[in-house]
Amino acid sequence: MSEEVRLMKGNEALAEAAIRCGCDGYFGYPITPQSEVMETLMKLKPWETTGMVVLQAESEVASINMVYAGAGCGKRVMTSTSSPGFSLMQEGVSYIAGADLPALVVNVMRGGPGLGTIQPSQADYFQTVKGGGHGDYKQITLAPKSVQEMADFVGLGFDLAFKYNILTVILADGLIGQMMEKVVLPPYQKRRTEEQIRKECPWASLGRTPDREPNVITSLELEPEPMERRNIALQAKYAEIEKNEVRFEEIMTSDAEYLLVAFGSAARICQKAVEVARAKGMKVGLLRPITLFPFPYGKIKELGNQVKGILSVEYNAGQMVEDIRLAIEGKVPVEHFGRTGGIVPTPGEVLDALKDKIIK
Amino acid sequence: MGKIKGAVEVNTNRCKGCRLCVIACPSKVLAMSKQVNAKGYNYAYMENPDACIGCASCAIVCPDGCISVYKVKIEE
Amino acid sequence: MTTNDIMKPENLVYKKPKLLNDKTMHYCPGCSHGVVHKLIAEVIEELGLEDKAIGISPVGCAVFAYKYIDIDWQEAAHGRAPAMATAIKRLLPDRLVFTYQGDGDLAAIGTAETIHACNRGENIAVIFINNAIYGMTGGQMAPTTLEGMKTSTCPYGRDVTLNGYHLPISNLIAQLEGTRYVTRQSVHTAAAVRKAKAAIKKAFMNCMEPEKKGASFVEIVSTCNSGWKMSPADANVWMTENMFKAYPIGDLKNS
Repeated sequence: MSEEVRLMKGNEALAEAAIRCGCDGYFGYPITPQSEVMETLMKLKPWETTGMVVLQAESEVASINMVYAGAGCGKRVMTSTSSPGFSLMQEGVSYIAGADLPALVVNVMRGGPGLGTIQPSQADYFQTVKGGGHGDYKQITLAPKSVQEMADFVGLGFDLAFKYNILTVILADGLIGQMMEKVVLPPYQKRRTEEQIRKECPWASLGRTPDREPNVITSLELEPEPMERRNIALQAKYAEIEKNEVRFEEIMTSDAEYLLVAFGSAARICQKAVEVARAKGMKVGLLRPITLFPFPYGKIKELGNQVKGILSVEYNAGQMVEDIRLAIEGKVPVEHFGRTGGIVPTPGEVLDALKDKIIK
Repeated sequence: MGKIKGAVEVNTNRCKGCRLCVIACPSKVLAMSKQVNAKGYNYAYMENPDACIGCASCAIVCPDGCISVYKVKIEE
Repeated sequence: MTTNDIMKPENLVYKKPKLLNDKTMHYCPGCSHGVVHKLIAEVIEELGLEDKAIGISPVGCAVFAYKYIDIDWQEAAHGRAPAMATAIKRLLPDRLVFTYQGDGDLAAIGTAETIHACNRGENIAVIFINNAIYGMTGGQMAPTTLEGMKTSTCPYGRDVTLNGYHLPISNLIAQLEGTRYVTRQSVHTAAAVRKAKAAIKKAFMNCMEPEKKGASFVEIVSTCNSGWKMSPADANVWMTENMFKAYPIGDLKNS
């Protein structure tokens, strides 16, 4: 079959991809700027084709707990939301982490704090990467830079989630969710049969067969020693992920004297800034972390031995910059440039900031 | 006329001594022992076994599933 | 005939269901939870649904329900059990999906999830233990606490000017088009236990009908003798004299 190329919004591409990659259920609640995800699913009626369940819940609190339960059955389930909704979901997110469950959550970020704005933002970096809910936990975080990646990261997100029994978050911003681009949709993949699920997820609560003990999905452990063992096992899993799953993209870094670091749509702006800088003879490169957890500390540390300074460009007041500084350990100057409130900086502004803060 | 006779067996280790079976018994068969089990509870026992009709009321109200009930019909 | 002659396997007429395992339950002596656990185990056994049942346990005293009934379980965040049951039943329509919730879980923090799951007409069963108090956290006021009733957070009695009124949530639930069976039962006498069991059985059988006809909701008016600071026997008396006035026993809806 030839490739299906479409022009669509990031949110729409994500919804199409969910159906195509064998998703069993989507449970959501409308919030701008991601409402097109559920709207697209409801319009496509996948329950009539692939059998995928789509349900509009009464709140984000309910929708994440529906995801928690669906994941507990070993199903490929997901939800999508935007920042204030993601805050409401933190309870369920923490339970999913505590119960070692695989699931997918999409956060199409908008500006905060509070009700904030419906315009693009990247201010939920800390919330997502450092853990916005209670307890010691992490979640794999993928930051798409294009409509294509919005589609591609659904399958990748589920694969990683089931590889490690962990929550994957697609941390997009309002710009990626709303903008239209050309996208090649993934091919259709069958939903797993119950037999496959029972084999792949022997822990799933699907109804107890006589050959096994009851399966219980829980994060509760009142005795301190077993609870600590659970925590140690979680940390070991996160360490394994940090070892295996770091993903990033490098643009013109090999000879770079100055480095921009940006994720999501901010990386697209920085890519243009690199082109402009190169045209002026400035040796500027770009590192785009694709996984925010695991974060490419090693790669940044390595580039720190080569460049004279680093500028972290984010749609926030300075969040990822802290992780870059951790990687660089003071070897070269690391500064932040960002806009907030839903304002997206121009490539020119980025270069001006690079000159002001780093090159001087 | 046949006569119904019953008997109950209390899992004394599981019993928590709540006394609800004693109250539920219509024939005043059960009482609480002066002895305690490993957890320190006074457990239920048949103080008046001849009166038992095997109605299972005691077992039905027992919150801990401690009681098994037996019943026979004796032909006279 | 001696007692030993009677106690023979062929004469056995009642025993604990096998599905209720041999672990000693953590509940206080005389707690209604134990009886309801036993009924759920009996009904699942009688319906032969051991391999189809998926229970959702709450946050509260019954958080460990999963330790005692040997079926698959999921343990919910406080109040979220009906949302979880919704997802499981939609993803696995041929399963028996039920929640087991207390009054704090169901009628306070989980009111939204409860009402919306019922209103969507989910083919699930909700087993609701109403003992008018928070048991696990040590006897605080619940939404279902009666006016004038003393708890650790209303030590002078529930004052309606401060805390409002007891919440008869089953009456609200019965109003919803999405419910098909709403009943209020108790487990303080053998006769009451038999009726409660019939109610649970009906609710579970409703869930197994392939057509989605609505949620079944079984409230069990219960005692919390520790929280109420009474003996189990006195708690039963207090319940019949006080709780039943606010929460009358019987079907609220049976269609």
